[in-house]
Amino acid sequence: MRIHLLDLFQLSPSALAYLRGLKTVTLPQPSAQVHLQALQLGDACALLSHAGAAAVPLAGESDTAYLQRVIDLLCDLSLKDPLTGLANRRHFLAIVERELSILARSGESTLLLMLDIDHFKNVNDTYGHPVGDQVLQAVASCLKSCVRPKDTVVRYGGEEFAVVLPDCHVTFGMVVAERMREMIQAMSIKISPSVQINITMSIGGAYAPQTIGSSSSAWIELSDKELYRAKTSGRNRVCIVQPFMVEVSPEEKSQLFVDFSQNDSRFGNSLFGDMLDEPAAEMANHSAVAPSLLAGEPAPLPSQPAPEKAAEKTTEQAADPTSDPIVDHAVEHAAANAQVSLG
Amino acid sequence: MTDLVISAPAPLALNTGPGALVGAGGGGAQGKVLAVTSGKGGVGKTFFSANLAAALAKRGQRVLVLDADLGLANLDVVLNLYPKVTLHDVFSGKARLEDAITPAPGGFSAILAGSGMVEYSRLNADMRDEFFRIVTRLAQQFDVVLLDTGAGISDVVLFTISLASQVLVVATPEPTSLTDAYATIKVLVTQQGRKEIRLVVNQTARVGDGRAITTQLQQVLDRFVVKASGGKQAIKLVHMGDIPADPAVRQAVMRRQLLMQTLPGCHASLAVAQIAGKIEETILRV
Repeated sequence: MRIHLLDLFQLSPSALAYLRGLKTVTLPQPSAQVHLQALQLGDACALLSHAGAAAVPLAGESDTAYLQRVIDLLCDLSLKDPLTGLANRRHFLAIVERELSILARSGESTLLLMLDIDHFKNVNDTYGHPVGDQVLQAVASCLKSCVRPKDTVVRYGGEEFAVVLPDCHVTFGMVVAERMREMIQAMSIKISPSVQINITMSIGGAYAPQTIGSSSSAWIELSDKELYRAKTSGRNRVCIVQPFMVEVSPEEKSQLFVDFSQNDSRFGNSLFGDMLDEPAAEMANHSAVAPSLLAGEPAPLPSQPAPEKAAEKTTEQAADPTSDPIVDHAVEHAAANAQVSLG
Repeated sequence: MTDLVISAPAPLALNTGPGALVGAGGGGAQGKVLAVTSGKGGVGKTFFSANLAAALAKRGQRVLVLDADLGLANLDVVLNLYPKVTLHDVFSGKARLEDAITPAPGGFSAILAGSGMVEYSRLNADMRDEFFRIVTRLAQQFDVVLLDTGAGISDVVLFTISLASQVLVVATPEPTSLTDAYATIKVLVTQQGRKEIRLVVNQTARVGDGRAITTQLQQVLDRFVVKASGGKQAIKLVHMGDIPADPAVRQAVMRRQLLMQTLPGCHASLAVAQIAGKIEETILRV
């Protein structure tokens, strides 16, 4: 039996999803043909049987259909975590890439949650690794029950999980994550007829950056940072960084103005002296202005609105623009305060 | 050889940092996409875009200015151009992109936003897709595509900037302009992961003002953005030059003429020409 190779590329949805995360797939020439008997399918079949999949040809199944099925099963296998049945890290990275490429243009908000079981090492140390595995499986099914079918729950590695929630409005992210945290906390895992254990999870999350070309690693790192924040602020809690949180604090503003007025007064004192202090590059950049200044003529615009405005601003802040040490001190003071409040 | 391409909606080079358009051409000549933005309105952003385009054109570059100020477009006013086909017609499917490319007085091309753009205060998925496609195609036809964005830091402005590989922020020495420029830069660093932003200071009163302002903004950024991120977000402000306050600018704007054309020897024109040279040197020839 000869099979046209192109017939084989009717990929399963999960395999296709994975491939979409990659850039391009080049298929061989359509005339290439494969003899099923000549293929070494033994290892693949053994792998599939071990994973509980039917790896032998079914009754009435054509060679093409059989080979297609083997490929599909292998693809699925390569995207799943064997212990929990969740998406594995490889699948996760492909999904994150795909989400970003779609998102930058859709403008939807996709949330990435990173979740970690608190004090999981204690579970392993106290009850042994088989119980640890049981806990991981219980967490996996609990997390799956909390999300929509289009969300992806991932075993990221060890006791760390991830959830990708496409089209998740910014106001719902916290609700969903809190639900997960509460469900995990409320869950009792029966590890023997008489012993039940309870665990908690810390959750961190970040919405996808909505810009063309943003990187998946930056997004993952952002969520991870929030998870770290949840861990360090006491565990069993949710920290999600809200999008569009960029603000300019009064401290930042005051520094923009105060120091600018200093510059202004400094440059206002001696135009000619400053010209000499300018680096050569700066001179070149200002050759348009330089001739008239060097000839001792007045600057193009004698009335200078900028310093006046800057001075007004400084007076409001009760700082004397002519007294540098005091201003410097005030600036440092403001900076110290800002650091504390930002901390 | 049959190539089956399975890809996301638009094939683009992912993971290349901001400005994914760069290098997306796959070997073919690919122009640079530069965003001109300011935070505050009325600092001469559109004046600068138009005159920079003329200065770059004079240096032999094929330049297109896209009026991306979808809300309150005014490139048409600056250039005194009222073409029949605008970006709005391309967006609404009434015209082809080629028909919207209008020759402008300074030897460059322009695409005007059109009056219907007011309704696009937010971009939906289709619009973003279309916008992305338009800029991609323009980058294949021109050496430089200047995106003249609107004021503020709305998601339309941020999306437009994300299409560009380089950002030029225009500010004046006024405190309000500096605050808004600072806020814009901060957003671009924290949201788009920009590592380098170029600053042009317009309407400077004295030599050295622009350099001092750049140093000042850099210091505040280092203190509040870089330090707050634990050193993970690095940002370099590059001072591209100053445009001195020059009465000729106002005259040209009132007459609705390009300064570079009518008074190429005035202080402001010479400054813009110098900035164009620096852009050519540091962005276009790299």
